[in-house]
Amino acid sequence: MTRMSVFKTPVLNNLFLTFAAASALAAQTPDEKIKALESAVAAAQSAGDNAWMLTSAALVLMMTGPGLALFYSGLVRRKNVLGTMMQSFIMMAVATVIWAVAGYSIAFGEATPYFGDLRYFMLHGVGADPNADYAGTIPQQTFMVFQLMFAIITPALITGAFAERMKFTGMVVFCSAWLLVVYCPMAHMVWGKGGLFNAFLGGSLPCLDFAGGTVVHITSGVSALVCALYLGKRKGYGSEPMKPHSLVLSVIGACLLWVGWFGFNAGSALGASGLATSAFVATHFGAAAATLGWLLAETMHSGKPSVLGGISGAVAGLVAITPASGFVTPTAALIIGFAAGLFCFFMVVILKSKLGYDDSLDAFGVHGAGGTLGAILTGVFATKEVNSALTNGGGLVDGNAGQIVNQFAGTAIAWILGAVGTLVLLKITDMVVGLRVSEEDETTGLDLSMHGEEGYSLES
Amino acid sequence: MKKIEAIIQPFKLEEVKEALKAIGVDGMTVTEVRGHGRQKGHNEVYRGQEYMVDLLPKVKLELVVSSARLEEVIKTVTAAARTGKIGDGKIFVYDVAEAIRIRNDDRGETAL
Repeated sequence: MTRMSVFKTPVLNNLFLTFAAASALAAQTPDEKIKALESAVAAAQSAGDNAWMLTSAALVLMMTGPGLALFYSGLVRRKNVLGTMMQSFIMMAVATVIWAVAGYSIAFGEATPYFGDLRYFMLHGVGADPNADYAGTIPQQTFMVFQLMFAIITPALITGAFAERMKFTGMVVFCSAWLLVVYCPMAHMVWGKGGLFNAFLGGSLPCLDFAGGTVVHITSGVSALVCALYLGKRKGYGSEPMKPHSLVLSVIGACLLWVGWFGFNAGSALGASGLATSAFVATHFGAAAATLGWLLAETMHSGKPSVLGGISGAVAGLVAITPASGFVTPTAALIIGFAAGLFCFFMVVILKSKLGYDDSLDAFGVHGAGGTLGAILTGVFATKEVNSALTNGGGLVDGNAGQIVNQFAGTAIAWILGAVGTLVLLKITDMVVGLRVSEEDETTGLDLSMHGEEGYSLES
Repeated sequence: MKKIEAIIQPFKLEEVKEALKAIGVDGMTVTEVRGHGRQKGHNEVYRGQEYMVDLLPKVKLELVVSSARLEEVIKTVTAAARTGKIGDGKIFVYDVAEAIRIRNDDRGETAL
């Protein structure tokens, strides 16, 4: 069967069922009528859910390219603008192939609490039929491609830590291996059927993570810190100016991230439901409050509210609200966002300069720190008022203080897996293809030394 | 003939140009440059990283005039470019040995 016909079949079925239901009603027994109507209703819901989920998948892809590519590339020096964009863009290709071959299967197969199996090797059996365990109203292929977009952006987030000094080949090899060794197992533990932390599909230590606070942001943020420490500082860090070459690009990128995040979080409802609306609202409120939190802290600290501070705060809020988004009220989202704005400002502006590591674009200070804060606060503010699937109560606000302990457990595993996995993979990659560019190439810039191009040729 | 090299604040360029036009000086060459004299630069802060920017954007104006008009032109430029604050810039004057119009080989002051 061609790819087209896989998608066409349910559409034709839906049409057929709708016509059948309408035209045959008169001639049918009541039982048959009810059955036909039930099918028509299910088909209608599937059509609505699938439309939203395909839109969400596209929105999440837009977060990486151009969102993150612009956000990060504006923060580097002019000579590295293309190299930095490429580190995000290439993941759109590399992660996709890895996901098709084995990534999806390791994340969403069902062998153990820690990783899946190879039942979906080469996407075997992943077609138009829904997988009722994960999302019963949309084709499993939609679920697969939506999850793929998360696998694309997560390693791309790490690239902020080693910006302006990582070899292109080293970056591709490291990120590919990282997806299989760190990301897919963590996604399985939190979202896979039977995963250790899966709160809804038989996990023994339920940890709430609606859209990827642990899976995406803690793993990438902690791995980013390890990368920054392992690779060392950029040449001239602290003595030469390393100003962002275009905050204009970064503002555009941050705004695209904000919009794309609606797909990330509201899409994680896996349907066009009221829960999606709730996650959408929480996401937006979290980003807004965090923007104000960061700007307030910055103004008190250094006297001026900077544009870079505003957009950094927005991203910090979006990160922190990610695990909580489908579980908390709008008010809780405002609190979580505001806390994230203050906390990430402290991590990026105050703590980083005290510790002296060169996490160039603050992947750890924003994603690692914001993700950790969000994961813990999810255990405080999650409530079954918002998400009826929390049958035993949500977090502290529902009187379930124990959930905070589980959130710490999930967070700890994400930290350990991210840190150890990254360290091992960096060592191996370093031996095989090398990680850091030569001093000469670093001075020239990645655009020319890695890609043989320049981002801006104003003479031509 | 004298060459006047005036380094001025970029935002004063239009005023200086208008004032020179008013006294009949038409030819000039303008370059965007960076530099500093006694004027201090400013600080920029990006996520807590402070950068001292001491080379500031300036505009360099070059024009060649007959020696007879030198003082008049200097007065015009200083009056138009002055704000009275540090950073207004400087004027340097050089002797010019020869001027040649490429189009028709005019020489000396007729070439100006």
